[in-house]
Amino acid sequence: MAGVQTSAEKWTNRTAIAAVFVALIIMLTPIYWIAATAFKPRNLATTIPPTVVYEPTVAPFVKLFTKRSQLREQPTQEEYDTAPWWEKMVYDGGEKVVRNRKTGEVRSSGYGDRFKNSLIVSVISTILAVGMGTLTAYGFSRFKVAGEDDWLFFILSTRMLPPVVVAIPMFLMYRVVGLNDTHMGLIILYTAFNLSFAVWIMKGFIDEIPREYEEAALVDGYTRIQAFFKVVLPEALTGMAATAVFCFITAWNEYAFALIMTNRNAQTAPPYIPSQVGSGLPDWTVIAAGTFLFLIPVAIFTFLLRNHLLRGMSFGAIRK
Amino acid sequence: MPTNNMTRLDPNSQAASRGLSDLSIRNLFIIPTIAFLIIFNIFPLLYSLGYSFTDFRASTNAPAKFVGLQNYRDLLNDPFIWKNFSITAKYVLISVTGQVVVGFGLAMLLNRTIPAKGLITTLLLLPMMLSMAVVGLFWKLLYDPNFGIINYFLGLGKFEWLADPDMALWAIAIVDIWMWSPFVMLLSLAGLSAVPKHLYEAAEIDRAGNIYTFFRITLPLVAPILMIAIIFRTMEAFKTFDLAYVLSSQPTTELIAIRLYKMAFQEWQTGMSSAFAYIVLIMVVAITNIYVKYLNKVKAR
Repeated sequence: MAGVQTSAEKWTNRTAIAAVFVALIIMLTPIYWIAATAFKPRNLATTIPPTVVYEPTVAPFVKLFTKRSQLREQPTQEEYDTAPWWEKMVYDGGEKVVRNRKTGEVRSSGYGDRFKNSLIVSVISTILAVGMGTLTAYGFSRFKVAGEDDWLFFILSTRMLPPVVVAIPMFLMYRVVGLNDTHMGLIILYTAFNLSFAVWIMKGFIDEIPREYEEAALVDGYTRIQAFFKVVLPEALTGMAATAVFCFITAWNEYAFALIMTNRNAQTAPPYIPSQVGSGLPDWTVIAAGTFLFLIPVAIFTFLLRNHLLRGMSFGAIRK
Repeated sequence: MPTNNMTRLDPNSQAASRGLSDLSIRNLFIIPTIAFLIIFNIFPLLYSLGYSFTDFRASTNAPAKFVGLQNYRDLLNDPFIWKNFSITAKYVLISVTGQVVVGFGLAMLLNRTIPAKGLITTLLLLPMMLSMAVVGLFWKLLYDPNFGIINYFLGLGKFEWLADPDMALWAIAIVDIWMWSPFVMLLSLAGLSAVPKHLYEAAEIDRAGNIYTFFRITLPLVAPILMIAIIFRTMEAFKTFDLAYVLSSQPTTELIAIRLYKMAFQEWQTGMSSAFAYIVLIMVVAITNIYVKYLNKVKAR
């Protein structure tokens, strides 16, 4: 590989690079198609040949957040003229915005609430999992624990359980204590799920922090707890941030528990979005708009996380 | 083992006697997590172990009646359950094989000097970070026989992907391959970059052919990490629920997790489904055990 390249090697290299670009285009097409469909007028979303060039519109997003009904009769000219720009978009699509009879306020679809639920549940469960996970990882990293490997296996195995298997008893127990369809119920489940991951990956990060740092602090008169908070924690911050992003993404994307444990009040976006397809002809531009907004945080986080993906995906075993 | 080569503070030293003792800090840090996991993961499983010996149905108020091993016997004698297992086995085989071929292939292609390699790798990894349920759903549009872009670009006319009972499982596996090949690629790349360059140079001096070099140098050295990727993906594919559930309701795509979900939350056969869950659980713990063995093996290197 090193040294002067022969012409055959050069040729192989060029073919490989071309193949990589082809693969990249194929891999990204579905994601591009979601983004493209989210900005299309409805009649261009399902055409043959597929519409590639079009004038982008935000109508799908307006429709995503509002409750609408089929337009029975055309709005009067005055109604149409006085309507704000976004309501015109809905009229243009052959639908009208549903308003509260008394106040005239525009009724919203369920999407905004589901998105908010996703945020609440993901953020809180992430904080809990990373907080507890870091402490536990430190405990396993620095102190002798009898049967350490068995405990770590036990912790990891809780993560590997199929969600539906855990959901059956959890559903029954939650029914008894009234945690079904609550934020708290989902937060507990996601914390338990992510906690095991956080312990494994944080242990890898903390193992890498030299013990000499703490020992120097102890010699300087710090207590063990002070040394942990003032010396170890700052060193572990990058690792904690990476772990947090992983936990957030896992909770954000989770589907099975949310499907089983919530139905309205605490429902998150992943079970909500597929429920909008239903039967009949779905409006794919609205589904694409909902999907697009839902994917943005994950796409951004993936870029921030790019140097930690390997470690996160291998539970800290491969560090590079 | 990592614990053996670490220095320990002398428990009698001055430092250790200040503040909380190491022992109490250790317990304070570890016990809450273990307790939390026992309460919310293990206790529920014991709870459902009890139900697995009853005919309990969560949809009625009728008290649970003890039926012994009847549920387990019924399940293991039910030809439809075995059908679910064979569908799952087929699905795991197709999807993991596909991911290994595509993922390892991509890693081989990427394992050279390429302009903007970091950016390309990150973009290739994007699919595996996305929600299977939400993005998987969108593939319904891509697969649509009338206006889906897949049929259009492949020139397949009105080919039925999801409505055809034989094709649907493949269609789901293809989405899974799309999402998770990047995972195999990521791990393979780590394995490939760890192969010492001098081995290739030596092979070149010996005038070894490309195929020989691949099978005698590359593959054996990447194998342990590749094995981790395969076991992990096998376990995940075995548990697949989201993707198959949003994409298809065909009986030919009824994976174990879907059957379990229907039994528990649509037919409300709580006792029976608890027994079923236990059968699945034992299988998953067995695979996890193998997985962890390999993780520790790679870690030890």
